[in-house]
Amino acid sequence: MSEIAGLLADSAERLFGQRLTKAVRDEADQGGLTGGLWDACAELGLDLAALTEARGGAGLTDADLCAMARLAGRHALPVPLVETWLAERALATAGLEPLPEGTSATISPVLLSDAPELLRDGGTWRLSGTLRRVPHGRHARVLVVIAQTAEGWRTVRMDAPDPAALDRNYAGEPRDSFRLDGVSVTAIGEGGSRDDLHFDGALFRAAQMAGAMERVLDMTVAYAKERAQFGRTISKFQAVQQQIARLAGEAAAASAASHAAGDARSLGPARFETACAKLRAGEAAGEVAAIAHQVHGAVGFTHEYHLHFLTRRLWSWRDEFGSEAEWSDWVGAIAGKVGGEGLWAFLVKPDPALTAGPKELAGG
Amino acid sequence: MTFQSFSLQDAALPPDLDRLREEVRDFLSDERRAGHYERTPDGWDRYDPDFSRRIGAKGWIGMTWPEQYGGRARTSLERYVVTEELLTSGAPVRAHWLADRQIGPLFLAYGSEEQKAEYLPRIAAGDCYFCAGLSEPDSGSDLSSIRTRAERSDRGWRVNGRKIWTSYAHRAHYMNLFARTSPRDEKHRHAGVSQFILDLASPGVSIRPIVNIAGDHDFNEVVFEDVFIPEARLIGQVGGAWGQVSTELAHERSGSERWVNSFGALVAMTDISADLEAGAGQVGRLTAHLWTLHRMSFAIAAMIQRGVVPMAEAALVKDLGTSFDQAVPAAARDFITEERRADLGPERLAAIDHAALYAPSHSIRGGTREILRGIIARELGLR
Repeated sequence: MSEIAGLLADSAERLFGQRLTKAVRDEADQGGLTGGLWDACAELGLDLAALTEARGGAGLTDADLCAMARLAGRHALPVPLVETWLAERALATAGLEPLPEGTSATISPVLLSDAPELLRDGGTWRLSGTLRRVPHGRHARVLVVIAQTAEGWRTVRMDAPDPAALDRNYAGEPRDSFRLDGVSVTAIGEGGSRDDLHFDGALFRAAQMAGAMERVLDMTVAYAKERAQFGRTISKFQAVQQQIARLAGEAAAASAASHAAGDARSLGPARFETACAKLRAGEAAGEVAAIAHQVHGAVGFTHEYHLHFLTRRLWSWRDEFGSEAEWSDWVGAIAGKVGGEGLWAFLVKPDPALTAGPKELAGG
Repeated sequence: MTFQSFSLQDAALPPDLDRLREEVRDFLSDERRAGHYERTPDGWDRYDPDFSRRIGAKGWIGMTWPEQYGGRARTSLERYVVTEELLTSGAPVRAHWLADRQIGPLFLAYGSEEQKAEYLPRIAAGDCYFCAGLSEPDSGSDLSSIRTRAERSDRGWRVNGRKIWTSYAHRAHYMNLFARTSPRDEKHRHAGVSQFILDLASPGVSIRPIVNIAGDHDFNEVVFEDVFIPEARLIGQVGGAWGQVSTELAHERSGSERWVNSFGALVAMTDISADLEAGAGQVGRLTAHLWTLHRMSFAIAAMIQRGVVPMAEAALVKDLGTSFDQAVPAAARDFITEERRADLGPERLAAIDHAALYAPSHSIRGGTREILRGIIARELGLR
């Protein structure tokens, strides 16, 4: 991590520790506003962490952003931090103004099948389409939309309208729908890519998962050393030790994969690395959550106890921006193109030319 | 404790790793062109002294050792890159492997000056091969229970007992022998075991083959009857083997050989999957696992370079790695049905079949899965 990212991470760690009380989590869990928490994050400058130096930011690398996303995941942070970063990245690609300080944002389409259209109507540009499963849709002030035109992709920035339907993921995080029917828009930039958004979303979700799994490991170890049965702590039973060791292995694999993908993304498109990291972290998430709940027993299944804030996010995040099944098809198709004999060399140094195509085509 | 050590961001990476990797690949493709080897179903697990000598001549055995002992004073990361390329190309490196990986580091840490001068240059030249004398009929995971005894005699030691599951004892020159030099003390179970260099050509050594479930001869039983070992061949301290072996086992467990055993099967699966337009998901999942393991092992090499003994990390990667080795043939079954097997024919399936038959061995050799998870649990403070 760069020095500036390290300082930011230290402050964020303190902030999350202080502000993420049970009451705040419960409020977020019900889909409530967590405005105070967002403002506190913005006071540290976390909202602007993705601003490049050229756009007046601190110039954190993508590896730094992944480290920050792991931290957010570790604390099951219930505000659209990663989504605001994704919005800023899209705005930067399209040459649109950065978000003002303290502005929460989200971005769409997060589903590869959503295809909003931008049409010229005389002197006005009008945006139409249904945007589904938009993260934190009801709470974001700005909505960034990547839309199709006859001349290619455009990036549109608008004040977030009222959602047409409210939905949530397993963790209660808003995943709302917007219905846009010829909405007049003015902030339009050339370029943008639904695929790039999909890959960067996967990169950050993998990082959030890795962070959450680190915390789940710590909690599970601590619980096993505390809970006594049959006259000794359950950490002394080999059956329990073996399961927690497996949890540690899966969490370490997810963490290593997230680190590696973040490092690679700092240097290039890193689509193959991102796909591998999302897939590996998603697989680990299922194992880790299952073992953690098994070790925690009934108490881990209560709303009162903290574990579910992490495990319900793991179950959701592994599906968002491509599940293991979707990514393994995609990686497998790339491997097939590379061929068995070339697989090793590709794996050591993936050739971006082979991963550049649209994701839905590569995934079949 | 969260195994943060798998982050490579702080590792100072030597600049020319890519060039070294290319150099190894060029050498290996020349070797294949010259007909010296090809990728076979058994992958790197083949004994070929001529090949080992050519690798030695390239400076790729003992490459991290000091130059005065025939080494090249390269970094652990450079060694890692070379070994990874050798293994994934299916090069027949088994002859010198154990000596390079763990005997050299053992001598450098605990050997006498005479031992270093005598053995290291020969190992580095690819001329001198070792096998490991740990397991016994009644001593597997519990090393402290070994019964093979070495007793003081005139100018040396007399050894009696037997070792089992000794890979390539029938081809190696020496055994790294673990023997009791004082009776077992229940309070200090690991005390009283010493390490020796045992010349397998010594009188009183008999070696009997044990054929494995794949029909191959790799294992042996080795029996010692009053075998004489000169004093100069004791390694390190009398009774100090347990302390010495921990580092050795970390080296044994940390490398890419722990997840590359089914790589040839994945190569075959990848092509079969592309031809049949089936099983892409299986190939993709395994590829992502392999990519992750490659990164984790590289991080461990960086730890070794920093002078850390990555005991728990090595155990963790070996556990994940052997699970991967076993997952490859299991995943092949998902799309290579009996119908397709008949269409594909035995040659295209040979590597997958080999991986299927060898699968049980990976989570037993070099530390069982249960022992490794016990090491991880200890690191986590659970025991």
